[in-house]
Amino acid sequence: MAPVGFLVVFFAWPVLAIIGRGFAAGGLDVVLGDARTWQLAGFTVASAAASTVVAVLAGLPVAFLLARVRLPGVGLARTLVLVPFVLPTVVVGLAFRALWPDGGVLPIVLANAFFNVAVVARTVAGLWARLDSRTTDAARALGASPWRAFRSVTLPALAPAVASAAAVVFLFCATSFGVVLILGGARYRTLETEIYLRTVDLLDLSGAAALSLIQFAAVVAALVVGGLARRRKEGARIGSGGARTPRGGEWWVVGAAAVVLALLVTPIVALLAESVSTEDGWSLAGYRALTSTGEKGALQVSGWDAALNSLKVAIDATLLAMVVGVLASVVLVALRRSPAQAARGLGETMDAVLMLPLGVSAVTVGFGYLVTLDALPGDLRTSPYLVPLAQALVIIPLIVRMVLPVLRSVDVRLRQAASTLGASPLRVWREIDLPLTLRPLVAAAGFGFVVALGEFGATSFLARPTAPTLPVAVATLMARPGELNNQMAYAACALLMLVTVLAVALIDRLGRGGVGEF
Amino acid sequence: MKRRAVRAATAIAAVSAVAAACSLSNGDGGTQQTPTVTLVTHDSFLAPQEVLDAFQKQSGIKVSVLKQGDAGSLTNKLVLTKANPIGDVAYGVDSTFASRALSEGVFEPYTSPEADRGPQRYAVDPEHRLSAVDVGDVCVNVDTNYFTSKGIPAPESYDDLADPKYKDLLVAEDPATASPGLAFLLGTVAKYGDAGWKDYWTKLKANGVKVVSGWEEAYTKQFSGSSGKGPRPIVVSYASSPAAEVGDDGKPRTKALLDTCYRQVEYAGVLANGKQVENARKVVDFLLSQQFQATVAATMYVYPARQGVDLPAGWAQVAPLPQKPQALPADQVQAGREKWIGEWRTLVQ
Repeated sequence: MAPVGFLVVFFAWPVLAIIGRGFAAGGLDVVLGDARTWQLAGFTVASAAASTVVAVLAGLPVAFLLARVRLPGVGLARTLVLVPFVLPTVVVGLAFRALWPDGGVLPIVLANAFFNVAVVARTVAGLWARLDSRTTDAARALGASPWRAFRSVTLPALAPAVASAAAVVFLFCATSFGVVLILGGARYRTLETEIYLRTVDLLDLSGAAALSLIQFAAVVAALVVGGLARRRKEGARIGSGGARTPRGGEWWVVGAAAVVLALLVTPIVALLAESVSTEDGWSLAGYRALTSTGEKGALQVSGWDAALNSLKVAIDATLLAMVVGVLASVVLVALRRSPAQAARGLGETMDAVLMLPLGVSAVTVGFGYLVTLDALPGDLRTSPYLVPLAQALVIIPLIVRMVLPVLRSVDVRLRQAASTLGASPLRVWREIDLPLTLRPLVAAAGFGFVVALGEFGATSFLARPTAPTLPVAVATLMARPGELNNQMAYAACALLMLVTVLAVALIDRLGRGGVGEF
Repeated sequence: MKRRAVRAATAIAAVSAVAAACSLSNGDGGTQQTPTVTLVTHDSFLAPQEVLDAFQKQSGIKVSVLKQGDAGSLTNKLVLTKANPIGDVAYGVDSTFASRALSEGVFEPYTSPEADRGPQRYAVDPEHRLSAVDVGDVCVNVDTNYFTSKGIPAPESYDDLADPKYKDLLVAEDPATASPGLAFLLGTVAKYGDAGWKDYWTKLKANGVKVVSGWEEAYTKQFSGSSGKGPRPIVVSYASSPAAEVGDDGKPRTKALLDTCYRQVEYAGVLANGKQVENARKVVDFLLSQQFQATVAATMYVYPARQGVDLPAGWAQVAPLPQKPQALPADQVQAGREKWIGEWRTLVQ
């Protein structure tokens, strides 16, 4: 009940309240009947689908590299691939703008994919690393080519993770805001940017509500498709998997992964270069300024304080999201395994509902908070707690998507055997589920933490100026004139990347160590 | 099942306690005795801490700042929460959005004793629900070095911007997504009238105006006179922007064209239905006071509304306040804003 209650209070109620206001104002039919509205919807879906395809194609070789290859530097790649995910959109938007000065569809698609390669790579690698390699070996022994064995054995086993990742990426791309705004301007608009515009600038709540409904429909459609793809194959056999030195054609895949990583790293390097270049050549002034509040006090606290606040808030959000997300996943698995048809249906529905926060505009949620949360004791609308709550809302779906395939793939028979031998449910959980799932759980927490660190949309609505997070501080610095502020913004991005790399490296290490102990 | 529920409840309780401990550690406990007035404002708000501290010492009121997006977003949030406002006093609703706030009844009347020192010049309603705090002009800025080195005179007027001599040199912001872009559009409406502004923009478009979505990109990436050293020497920014571009030699590298300015006045007011009306009024007085007004130029790059407040050294030369900016009455802006933006989108995009 806890996950449902959380989602109802901090998601469904605010969103429905703000959309309800739009309904009350009337005029929905005008927006829904307008051909331009449907052009927007078409462009949103098409560009998000294109980005998803690019992200999946780029992410799969990287997933192979992370899951199956033992070479020096793979650990670094595992960490590095997450960095794009936390970069502030304004920075990435401007970086792509430097490559494509006129903006357009291509940079929008590529920039959205750029952010999301990590989702595909890490989600798929999580399952891939645990796939029993004996089935592939058997296929090979029976004469299948490596490609054939991959297509007939490995790919179907990976399908649930690929579908999960694709659904998440699609939702992220369909609702991405900053990238579309910077690279598309007013020429290429999506439902998300239009909802933002109508809510924030025009206070056209009925127009925003109509567009939200369309976005909602698109999101549900994506979830249904993702759900169908996931249902096809479940309970992939878990085995030792095991990474080894690649051989033969596998080197081509490793090469492809290397190319993808190089492309991902290019903007990162450009950004680092920008953080140390000034009018008069190279300088670390931007980094030194992180201890200050910027030129003419652009921030209310120093860059370091913003970084510390980012860490605190992201830790809170991750803990909260892990509790809600893991509980929800456990319930979902139980429902899915239930013999009753109704329970399985409920599981499917709940699975989809848990994903909805990714598909609803941050501005809708933020404005929804304003009109609802004053009814709760303590007037949460202006509370500092709201930031971790909102970030948790964003990462819960991701955690569910990462944890669920792993929980499901735990062989029921192991548990049954343990029970038969007299183990209590707690003991079964401790001896069977936990050892098999600990590492993916830690990985999911790490991923959620990183997303929370980089979260900008909801955070920028709710963060107080005395406690900005790093991405909010970057945006504030970018919005002020003065060369030092600009450099400091890039230095803060570099700091954000550094914190990400350290956090991910640490969590990956913890996750690995944990498995060895059991 | 029962056992699982207990375990879940314990886990939630434990995590909530940790989470609360984490969050609380950056709270500002210990000041329960002092009345705290929440000042709702926009993202650009900045005030030196020592000035806020001095106000607290003198009045016994602690000001808690709550930033809520840009002027438009701020106004809309105030409208949505007018029955139970998220603060006691608001600052930053500008002349573009003032009539929306007033017609929605967001503010209650209050005539500050400080207001007769100038702010009433900018009064928008006879009941004095809003008091002007600062004035900022959106003006076209030029990179003076570019024009000196090319040996051509810098443009001076709106008409010049449409002159083929300055083809492909101007970068402006989208009025739908950036407030300086909207101010520039309103400036052209004020200058050429409801009938003529579209012709003017048709010429600007033919002359290669580049439109980007935000001020950051226009100013720091596209404009050649700022740190980004972009390709275009003419940009829509603020009258005060040159003050941030003074080189080591003390000379500005950029200049605002004072005949291309549109005036935006920012107001403060006491929120209706707020819980601390008396103290909120004192905060309005503070925002209009000599002490606070003397800080706005240096911290927020805007001009004080109060008369007789010194500007930072050099501003008189580098960033003077334009004498005859364009302006439109608030109700006309309220009536035309969406229509003009829509027409502009059709025309320019």
